[in-house]
Amino acid sequence: MTGDNTPAAATDFFAPEAAETPVRKFNINFGPQHPAAHGVLRLVLELDGEVVERVDPHIGLLHRGTEKLMEARPYQQTIPYMDRLDYVAPMNQEHAYCLAIERLLGVTPPYRALLIRTLYDEIGRILNHLLNVTTQAMDVGALTPPLWGFEPREQLMVFYERASGARMHANYYRVGGVRQDLPEALVRDILDWCDGFPRICDDIEGLITHNRIFKQRNVDIGVVTREEAIEKSFSGVMVRGSGIPWDLRRSQPYAAYDDMEFDVPLGVNGDCYDRYLCRMQEMRESTRIMKQCCERLLKTPGPVLIEDNKITAPRRGEMKRSMESLIHHFKLFTEGYRTPPGEVYACVEAPKGEFGVYLVSDGTNKPYRAKIRAPGYPHLQAMDWLNRGHMLADVSAILGSLDIVFGEIDR
Amino acid sequence: MSWPASESELSKLGKAIVKEAKGLITGAEVAFGELTLTGPAARVVEALTYLKDAQGFHQLIDLCGADYPERPLRFDVVYHLLSMTKNRRVRLKVQTDEDTAVPSVVSVFPAADWFERETFDMYGVFFDGHPDLRRILTDYGFHGHPLRKDFPMTGYVEVRYDDELKRVVYEPVKSVEWRNWDFLSPWEGVEKGFAPILPGDEKSGEKAK
Repeated sequence: MTGDNTPAAATDFFAPEAAETPVRKFNINFGPQHPAAHGVLRLVLELDGEVVERVDPHIGLLHRGTEKLMEARPYQQTIPYMDRLDYVAPMNQEHAYCLAIERLLGVTPPYRALLIRTLYDEIGRILNHLLNVTTQAMDVGALTPPLWGFEPREQLMVFYERASGARMHANYYRVGGVRQDLPEALVRDILDWCDGFPRICDDIEGLITHNRIFKQRNVDIGVVTREEAIEKSFSGVMVRGSGIPWDLRRSQPYAAYDDMEFDVPLGVNGDCYDRYLCRMQEMRESTRIMKQCCERLLKTPGPVLIEDNKITAPRRGEMKRSMESLIHHFKLFTEGYRTPPGEVYACVEAPKGEFGVYLVSDGTNKPYRAKIRAPGYPHLQAMDWLNRGHMLADVSAILGSLDIVFGEIDR
Repeated sequence: MSWPASESELSKLGKAIVKEAKGLITGAEVAFGELTLTGPAARVVEALTYLKDAQGFHQLIDLCGADYPERPLRFDVVYHLLSMTKNRRVRLKVQTDEDTAVPSVVSVFPAADWFERETFDMYGVFFDGHPDLRRILTDYGFHGHPLRKDFPMTGYVEVRYDDELKRVVYEPVKSVEWRNWDFLSPWEGVEKGFAPILPGDEKSGEKAK
């Protein structure tokens, strides 16, 4: 119990003049160790009976000072920090950071690298949505969906591992491309996986989409209108669930999204249920994009990293033979590369919304200022007005549909 | 509208904004395919209202600070705006110092609330008229503003669980100083024109004169 609400004065209820029952507001802590708080969120709830009157989210319990750390390290050493932000879909963050540096340096990765990035961004999107959709169902009482959803998640993480060597914190994207090429067998396996995945989606949807309890807990809960979505700086599914056709992959395309065919699912009512439907549909669309990427990857061999050794590390084999490669390698991993002075803001459509990186460069090998724009930050900020007037039980449903991960919010 | 916008189109937009805004926005610059506006800090609310209502930049994407200790007005406050209808982005920068508060833009963009709290937390920039200017990301009872350039990387206090006291204790930092190696070579970047100035460089400049 927090707050300085003093207990109500003792009243003799049997006295005839006590017509009004004194009402005391409850202050309760939701988290930071609550299973439905999706990490280390502490919500201070002010309740009138079971109705939420005010929500005060206390964040920062996972603050690691990523931005400060990034200011003190050369650019290529800080790409792994990006994985640790939204650790549910790591590569999408790396993408935004690499885009920002690439724009400063004025380099464009080869097409095959763009295809690989698109492919792995979509894998990240499915990783994220599988976790979010199923745990949202768990927050409102269903236990089976996470068990079903985590199996394909595990398979996707194996694809991460086969490309980069790590299941989660991949550190796979490089400025000017990606670390290494995908073997053909991996591309074929991803293609096969794409054929089977819609059936898993059907299974999960069959469990929860028309489930009575799931609907009771989500329909008309946490309604966001179009105007509110814009006003509150929402992005991603949070605006699309309210019916705004805004997707950075479509509106401000990056990587190879321009060449991909996909639909952008939109919600109608802007409630938790519509956002869930959007995410389910987005997974199917992601599978479509992944298929197209794989088919193109099989047809277009080529380099996956630019050749300029001032920016990208030389291959290991070259280093054994060529003195110049060795010097390049040494220079790159001590000094790194310098970016021209200036500032850029690069963003991608991360699974949670617009993930952006704002870099200020002063012409040295480290960013002078790096700001990470996490999509979850404005979403969580809206917890207060989203929850006002809702019941206590709706807090976890709304929180689940906001898609919160504390790695990126607290940075 | 097409994306990305061409530099000429952005500079045209920037000039039009500077002309129309009449002193609210004083500078426009296009670099790396992005439009950066500058203006006086005291009138930032009007400037953002103008950008929102007249130019259609209806969404505040980001608000953050930046620290330049060598300047008299050491802080930048940077606003990133997005127009979904025009498919354009714009950045507005204002300058302030440690004592002068920047007017809060919560009235124009309600989402600025937490962003301003974070900027206050990280840099100690004050926002005038903010409804609830508390710390947000740092610990309860934290002192200092960690993203300032004069704040040490290791901080001032460290936290550990004391097994004898059976509670968490705060102590002054005992760990070694953060080793900041200088790997910068003086010649890199000369050909691109952004190498650091070396001692003795001023002589060549005098000679040229």
